[in-house]
Amino acid sequence: MAAQPAPGGLTTVDGRPLKQALAEAQARAKRRAFVLVLPLLAFILVSFVLPIGQLLKRSVYNPAFSENMPALVQWFRENPRGSAPDESAYAALASDLKLIRKNKTAGIVGTRVNYELPGTRSLFTKSARKARKLEPPYREALLKVDRKWGDPLLWQVMRSASSAYTTSFYLAALDRKRNADGEIVRVEKERQVYIKLFKRTLLLSALITVTTLLLGFPVAHLLATLPLRYSNMLMIFVLLPFWTSLLVRTTSWIVLLQSQGVVNDLLVATGILDADHRIQMIYNQTGTIVAMTHILLPFMILPLYSVMRPIDPSYVRAARSLGASSWTAFRRIYLPQTIPGIGAGALLVFILAVGYYITPALVGGSTGQLISNLIAFHMQKSLNWSLAAALAALLLGGVLILYWLYDRLVGIDNLKLG
Amino acid sequence: MSADATGDAYVEFDRVQKSYDGEVLVVKDLNLAMPKGEFLTMLGPSGSGKTTCLMMLAGFETATNGEIRLGGEEINDIPPHKRGIGMVFQNYALFPHMTVNENLSFPLEVRGMGKDERESKVKRALDMVQMGEFGNRRPAQLSGGQQQRIALARALVFDPSLVLMDEPLGALDKQLREHMQYEIKHLHESLGITVVYVTHDQSEALTMSDRVAVFNDGVIKQLAAPSDLYERPENSFVAQFIGENNKLAGTVRALEGDIATIELADGGTCRALAVNCGDVGSRTLISIRPERVIIGAGGDENAATAEVMELIYLGDHIRCRLRVHGNDDFVVKVPNAGDESKELTVGQETTISWHTRDARALDPL
Repeated sequence: MAAQPAPGGLTTVDGRPLKQALAEAQARAKRRAFVLVLPLLAFILVSFVLPIGQLLKRSVYNPAFSENMPALVQWFRENPRGSAPDESAYAALASDLKLIRKNKTAGIVGTRVNYELPGTRSLFTKSARKARKLEPPYREALLKVDRKWGDPLLWQVMRSASSAYTTSFYLAALDRKRNADGEIVRVEKERQVYIKLFKRTLLLSALITVTTLLLGFPVAHLLATLPLRYSNMLMIFVLLPFWTSLLVRTTSWIVLLQSQGVVNDLLVATGILDADHRIQMIYNQTGTIVAMTHILLPFMILPLYSVMRPIDPSYVRAARSLGASSWTAFRRIYLPQTIPGIGAGALLVFILAVGYYITPALVGGSTGQLISNLIAFHMQKSLNWSLAAALAALLLGGVLILYWLYDRLVGIDNLKLG
Repeated sequence: MSADATGDAYVEFDRVQKSYDGEVLVVKDLNLAMPKGEFLTMLGPSGSGKTTCLMMLAGFETATNGEIRLGGEEINDIPPHKRGIGMVFQNYALFPHMTVNENLSFPLEVRGMGKDERESKVKRALDMVQMGEFGNRRPAQLSGGQQQRIALARALVFDPSLVLMDEPLGALDKQLREHMQYEIKHLHESLGITVVYVTHDQSEALTMSDRVAVFNDGVIKQLAAPSDLYERPENSFVAQFIGENNKLAGTVRALEGDIATIELADGGTCRALAVNCGDVGSRTLISIRPERVIIGAGGDENAATAEVMELIYLGDHIRCRLRVHGNDDFVVKVPNAGDESKELTVGQETTISWHTRDARALDPL
């Protein structure tokens, strides 16, 4: 025997280590495979990894203040937290105000501070306009321009903004802020929106997942057990929504559910409802749940179907012949075998629902909005991208935690998408 | 048939018909009665209705017409889980998400049996099929033969008096299949259970059964003990389906008692036992088993010249294909006696003969 198990592992007949020989023999195939997936890797890098990295960076990094207010940044660095702003601080502020007037960046700086202390953007633009006339003593001069310059909270906010890296967007995304002493406190009751929205998003997504499961399970079972020509027909009906525009599907729910819509008209016509008591089924949570359940249903049915299709009917027959009633046979024999499909479908629907935007935006009204609508608001309207990024990052983190939990409870190997 | 069967019949099919689409009958007027403790095999080609019959007995298919009785009671409307019939499936149908123990324990659990009793019964059933050490494995960790034993144990663990088996050995290799045949047979004998066994393998049917029902096209062609089925087939289908068979087509020319004189296609005549050949003038098919043909003129009046077409060496015997009465598919099995003087060669002309009682005149196919 040439290939004796030597101390260093097996060798080939001509004495080379077996591992090395194997690696060399496969190197060509591996290189080929790598070259083939290279375009895809590049595409994912450019279109997915980089933007997400940018987004995550933006949630903790905002240099709008630190880049444009060098003198004040210097002062904050030299004087520790808690030291009251003295004349040198106001001198630094005055010189920075002159600088941002010259660079025309007062708006950028004001916006950055405004994120954390609303109503301060105009303070910066106004003061910058008057910066040229400022004479020492700067403290009095600036307080004359606006009394707000004496507010310790403002100085606390500027201190936190003076570092490009900040956690304040995450704090804001969790309805928290720093007070004048730098302690983390909850924001005022009427401004607490994000936690409530996160809760609502998770709750509605869970509800939508459950309703899609309840509606999708029988359909998937039917698909899996019907003779092929009928099941093909049914499959077309399941897939039909995929071939229709998302917008069309959502707006058709408006047609159906609005107060002068088809469903209400039918209920009134049949006398179930009084004409004055039409049900509000759209532009609220009901609208979001109904429309999203419909839109996400195929994502539940398809994984369930792919798991149910290969389950041999003889399992249930065997259970029946062994003395189990049809319900027991379903519960003890059929259902456990569909768990991978239920897990995959539920995970898919839940993750999609958590990040869904267009449907709640169209039919959610004010009570049916999800966190993604707020992220979009900060991206498009308030232009507070850092806060949007922080909200999105929290959402991403939540989904990853769920994924991890699923792996622990069910096992990701059991996931079956088709 | 139903009249004479009602006495001690345990399983009974009475004028049972089955159609799936309302146009074609899959089972046509099935009458069958079997006593307690019998091992009955339903044998037939695929699509002959045998599995449908089994499924009707198990309760997974409803009979379109007629009655199915178990222990004297009609069971047409009793759901499968209340019939108390054990069943072994073709693909074993072991529950993949349960261990072997859980699989066996399942029928006992649904019957509300206590834990201790369940455990002892499961253990006994596993020991019965010599699988005692495999209780904690999952079905996927077992070989085909082991899964087969577990399926068998599961069908027996709740002590059913009737066990149905739907081609249970179909997926096993030949050697294991033969071994399992004996094992199932021994279990049947030692437990005294009644077994209905479905297969399309005729040697399996002959080895295991007390009686065999040969199915074709939804009808039982013959219901008899294996030896009767082989040696005394009542029609050409059974003669063809069971074992090897030589057939000679001809027309009945004379009938004396139970002996018919038949004119063959090439003009020669031959005498045969009139079993199912109709009156003088009707077409018939003579069936002769290969091992009943004698090389040389040893037999009585049925001698014929034969030309050797092909010789196949099979160890214990030589399979010899001959041309006899214009039929060049006439097979004779020559025992390998080592006698070189009697050795045949291809192209050689020889004489063969057979006893009149070994030639059976049956219906034309």
